[in-house]
Amino acid sequence: MLDKALTGSKLYWAWVLFLLVLVGIGTAAYIKQFNYGLGITGMSRDVSWGFYIAQFTFLVGVAASAVMLVIPYYLHNYKTFGRIVILGEFLAVSAVTMCILFIFVDMGQPMRIMNVVLHPRPNSVMFWDSLVLSGYLALNLLIGWANLHAEKMGVPHPSWTKPLTYLSVPWAVSIHTVTAFLYAGLPGRAFWLSAVMAARFLASAFAAGPALLLLLALLVRKITRFDAGKEAIQTLGKIVTYAMFVNVFLLGLEFFTAFYSHIPEHMASFKYLYMGLDGHNKLVPLMWTSSVLAVVSMSMLVFPQIRRKEKLLAVACVATFISLWIDKGFGLVIGGFIPSPMDHVTEYWPTGIELLITMGVYAAGILVLTVLYKVAISVKVANEYPAPLKGAVEEAH
Amino acid sequence: MKIDRRQFFKVAGWGAAAGVTAMNVVGRFGSGGRAQAFESMETPETVKAKQFAMVVDMSKFKTKDDIQKVIYACHHTHNVPNWGNPKDEVKWIWTDTYKHVFPGQESPFLDEAFKEMPFLVMCNHCDHPACTRVCPTKATFKRPDGIVMMDYHRCIGCRFCMAACPFGARSFNWRDPRLALNMNDLNMEYPTRTKGVVEKCTFCDERIAQGKQPACVEAAPAGGLVFGDIDDPNSDVRKALARTYTIRRKPELGTGPNIYYVIGGGETNAG
Amino acid sequence: MYNGGKIIIGLAIFLGIATLPFFSNIGTAVKRPEPSLDTPVIKEVQAQLGRKDVCVEPKAFMQANHMRLLNEWRDSALRQNKRLYISSDGRKFTISLQNTCMHCHSNKKEFCDRCHNYMAVKPYCWDCHIAPKERGGQS
Repeated sequence: MLDKALTGSKLYWAWVLFLLVLVGIGTAAYIKQFNYGLGITGMSRDVSWGFYIAQFTFLVGVAASAVMLVIPYYLHNYKTFGRIVILGEFLAVSAVTMCILFIFVDMGQPMRIMNVVLHPRPNSVMFWDSLVLSGYLALNLLIGWANLHAEKMGVPHPSWTKPLTYLSVPWAVSIHTVTAFLYAGLPGRAFWLSAVMAARFLASAFAAGPALLLLLALLVRKITRFDAGKEAIQTLGKIVTYAMFVNVFLLGLEFFTAFYSHIPEHMASFKYLYMGLDGHNKLVPLMWTSSVLAVVSMSMLVFPQIRRKEKLLAVACVATFISLWIDKGFGLVIGGFIPSPMDHVTEYWPTGIELLITMGVYAAGILVLTVLYKVAISVKVANEYPAPLKGAVEEAH
Repeated sequence: MKIDRRQFFKVAGWGAAAGVTAMNVVGRFGSGGRAQAFESMETPETVKAKQFAMVVDMSKFKTKDDIQKVIYACHHTHNVPNWGNPKDEVKWIWTDTYKHVFPGQESPFLDEAFKEMPFLVMCNHCDHPACTRVCPTKATFKRPDGIVMMDYHRCIGCRFCMAACPFGARSFNWRDPRLALNMNDLNMEYPTRTKGVVEKCTFCDERIAQGKQPACVEAAPAGGLVFGDIDDPNSDVRKALARTYTIRRKPELGTGPNIYYVIGGGETNAG
Repeated sequence: MYNGGKIIIGLAIFLGIATLPFFSNIGTAVKRPEPSLDTPVIKEVQAQLGRKDVCVEPKAFMQANHMRLLNEWRDSALRQNKRLYISSDGRKFTISLQNTCMHCHSNKKEFCDRCHNYMAVKPYCWDCHIAPKERGGQS
């Protein structure tokens, strides 16, 4: 099946080449970081995790969100998602790949990565995170690939994928729960020390992931002959709507607890993020952008009339995605470090090299996504436009 | 039977996997066994304890120099680099003011002298350290004598421990520490670190094995830093704790910090 | 097999590149390294013991297993706080690469590096442990 990724239009190859160039630039930047040390990033003694870990956290959510397609389709037999569920599974594969790469580029001693396997400490949440993430990668790749292969052959999905699919549902919840536990179990970080952290992670993931998937489905329809279907897209829109409202509700809970209780250390990070602390306010514009976009997206999503217009729905999804990316892919991780445990404010901003490496990782992930989507869509299209048209279809991408 | 290319790759793949496994098994058990069993023991002079602890008596530090000597003793003994900037900073023992050492305890009417007093801070060698709990590789771990130890060989530089420590006691080598060390003024008996690992105070584990007190304790004015086994009622630490009122940093978090502070007798403090 | 010709040419090119180092080094044998034991402390110890073929363990064992011994030493000292090594003939040594090994083998360049360079191994010991001659700068 992989051979389907080796034939394609000029546009396809130009895109692949473009991504490879970005991966190359990212690799060169990484070599520079490897030789210099992580001091080449904006991180410091006080803000000891930065952009990489924030991206990792955000992308675990994107990966977990595949479950929003798997549940309706496999558990409730919601046929409308039949055409799109593979896109969700392959998006998860790509997202987990990026997660692993982000963890890798964040390591001080990457050559020792096998120590996690050789000397595991089961008490460590990070140990479990590496376990559930690699398991989730395997599950999605296996299920997606096997089912797609069956579709190509025109036979029913192999029966052994069924229990794996059921397993993938709690597994998806687990990857984001465990990722939330990385933060929510630390005694000295009041901003993260919240019982709703995992729930909020899942809510924001189930908004951001399907929003991205919806946009991808629209894009796929535009550049290939594969159409996920109006109804599938509308259902995705509803999922985004509910999840986004739940997420903002949970964020509101955090605000209430911090500010009504008026406990200084619980308020401090929120103050830093939204108002600035001790005259430091680098993240304030970014956080308000996120808030404004959240309001925009919700006030669009909540009206069915607006949601039914696909162009407006797309706009709402872009707003949702960017809002949540800022909130979780930046503010949540950085905010937890400010102020420091000794109540000092040290600010953080990523450096150029850091951004180039981040870009390289994203390019690698998008490359994985491109190849997997190419295979999936080729199979689907070949099934829908049988023999006489087949040659022309292959040409189309 | 004719096999197609697909089957061929499948078979070749499994064959290669089996080969690698076999090589590993042979490599482990097949050759190069040790000539004799490895035997090692604790040095007889090792200072023993169930839980090491320290009392910092701020009233004994009269001048800035008293403090500087302590910091120098530690940082020179352990080849701690001096970067001169907060971004790359590495420190094992340092000072900060009351507001930052005991956040949440400050009052607007605190005596000026206390407000500015430079409290010595370091790793608390907690009873239930958050840092060792989160370390995915056991690179940092709690010893039976209570020391929260660092194995720099094992550390992968994930910095989870830095996020977990509520006391800001841990430093990361953002760059090669040798670039910030005077290579002509090293302690030749102690290593440096390498870039990409976390480091911190280890209560001078290497000196304890030689029957000595930690370097900071030796460099401090008499009674300024008291070190010993908090589990032993006759230890200097316990005697110091019995004498006067002491406080700890953030005890409410339940990590059980083992550095105790005597805030001072009122009339004396370091300027 | 379709595209058979192309595959065979590709394989030939690959084999050529993969084996290039072997062909280019034919006939240029590099001399076997001779790690030097010529330091004042080693001379003294040899005189005391009246034999020349023993380190903390017999020479043959050390040649084959010094890296394993060092790994054991590392874990013993750092992780178990057992810092006294008892050798197979009952002698005791403080477990320390920097202070015990390098006290005798104060000639890292003529001892460690000769073999390691020959074998093209780069142990990361010296990223942290200070080599004896680094006092005046990088060795």
